Amino acid sequence: MTDVKTVFGSLRNYQKGGVEVIDDDPRNYVFSNVFEVAEKSQPYERVAVGKNFDYVIEALRAEGTSPWYACAHDEFALVMDGRVEVRLMKPETPLVPSDKSGALRLTAAPSGRKMGRVVAGRGHMTLLPKGSAYQFHADQPSVVTIQTIQGDVTVERWADICQTK
Amino acid sequence: MSTAFAVQASEPDNYYGYRRFKKGAFEFHRDEYFVHIRWPKGTHTMAADIFLRALQRDIAWNFFYGTVNFDGVFGTLNHYGTVDMFAGRFNDAYRKAGRDYNETYKSEDLMATFKAILEDWTNRGYDPFAAPEETKQPYGRKDGDNKRAIERQRVTAKRMVGLPGDTPQRSDAGGYPVNRHFADVPQDQPEVYPEPGFEGEVSAFNLFAYLSRSDVTWNPSVCSVVKDSLYCPTSEEFILPVEHGNDRVEWFMQLSDEIIWEIKRKETGAPRARVVCRAGDICAMPADIRHQGFSPKRSMLLVWENNSNAIPALIESGKAPVVPVVF
Repeated sequence: MTDVKTVFGSLRNYQKGGVEVIDDDPRNYVFSNVFEVAEKSQPYERVAVGKNFDYVIEALRAEGTSPWYACAHDEFALVMDGRVEVRLMKPETPLVPSDKSGALRLTAAPSGRKMGRVVAGRGHMTLLPKGSAYQFHADQPSVVTIQTIQGDVTVERWADICQTK
Repeated sequence: MSTAFAVQASEPDNYYGYRRFKKGAFEFHRDEYFVHIRWPKGTHTMAADIFLRALQRDIAWNFFYGTVNFDGVFGTLNHYGTVDMFAGRFNDAYRKAGRDYNETYKSEDLMATFKAILEDWTNRGYDPFAAPEETKQPYGRKDGDNKRAIERQRVTAKRMVGLPGDTPQRSDAGGYPVNRHFADVPQDQPEVYPEPGFEGEVSAFNLFAYLSRSDVTWNPSVCSVVKDSLYCPTSEEFILPVEHGNDRVEWFMQLSDEIIWEIKRKETGAPRARVVCRAGDICAMPADIRHQGFSPKRSMLLVWENNSNAIPALIESGKAPVVPVVF
């Protein structure tokens, strides 16, 4: 047995750090916590917690079954807490123009071929392949971060989630 | 066609056994404990372990993004094709006193000298990539070498770790045992159920298990790619061996444990803030700062970079802000 304790966070148990200002404005660091953001979000609200020009990291609370999404470029889903099923479809025809950035929320399940599914736990990263459609399902509240590009579904509320003083 | 760049090195010193090196007007030599640097306007001394750990990262990162300060005086500034080597360039007192000095080289040219220094000055059993508890000391007279350790390549996945033809996952069999500080990290793998014909696209891997098997510290490796958006997770322990002054915004998402960051002004080195990051915390490092991290226990950090070549000029010209979001 090891006495090492690696500390991961979860919805139920996270300890947020913070910015200790010497000669600065804490807003420069855009500091938030993905578990806190997910805790205060609606299921599958894709809240930006990181932004670098067009690129974003979204944090979402996975709970129940999500809408279907489609995207013209690769995205990557990293489970930070809980257990999440990712269902993948290959649409019969492209659902998103090739030059459109970010995920698009679909109004209904797409028609096409089943690509497969992934059941991912904490620390597992799943490829959401370009040109596919995907849906999340979680029996229990879980937390997922997504590496993607800012799009129609990306929610920005920096002043609400970030340290300001 | 590659060009071999000349390295100016002396014969080994009769007592210490180390070679002296010269690059432009910079001169380098080491003794049992220290590295000594001389340039036309001054001299500087660093502990050998601090110099070698910084040098190892500068080489592994190919001079990285922006400024790699070995300490408050000496370092490099990447121009992506050429690179500056400087003394006192980002130190307010040296600048005001006119003691700063800078030379520019082709990147491969300076890299050849840096690699020669690292190879000659790294002794048997000392691993500059390792945490202090995991390696022998670098001090003393010349005693063999450790080429196997210093020639490790930085991992750069093209799409995602574990995909066919891409960077493989880590395993005991592959020579990557679980690190002692991550002995409790679950090694389970995601359940992947591809339909026929989609085996190469329905894919997932355990990133935390992958990081628990990293044999280096403070060496971000690309694990997933969305165009210019690079996820570069890394395992950290002890002190980031450099003060990194980025030429663009980079982001840190703390995946496990804790890192304390000291933030200073990029140009002068004056303190600005301390940032404490715990598991789940995410924050930006503005483009006008330098930062150095302290990780009391080996931790997992996701470094997130925008690799676009256009960004340094946009920030330098003021067309893009030094912070990622204004709110």
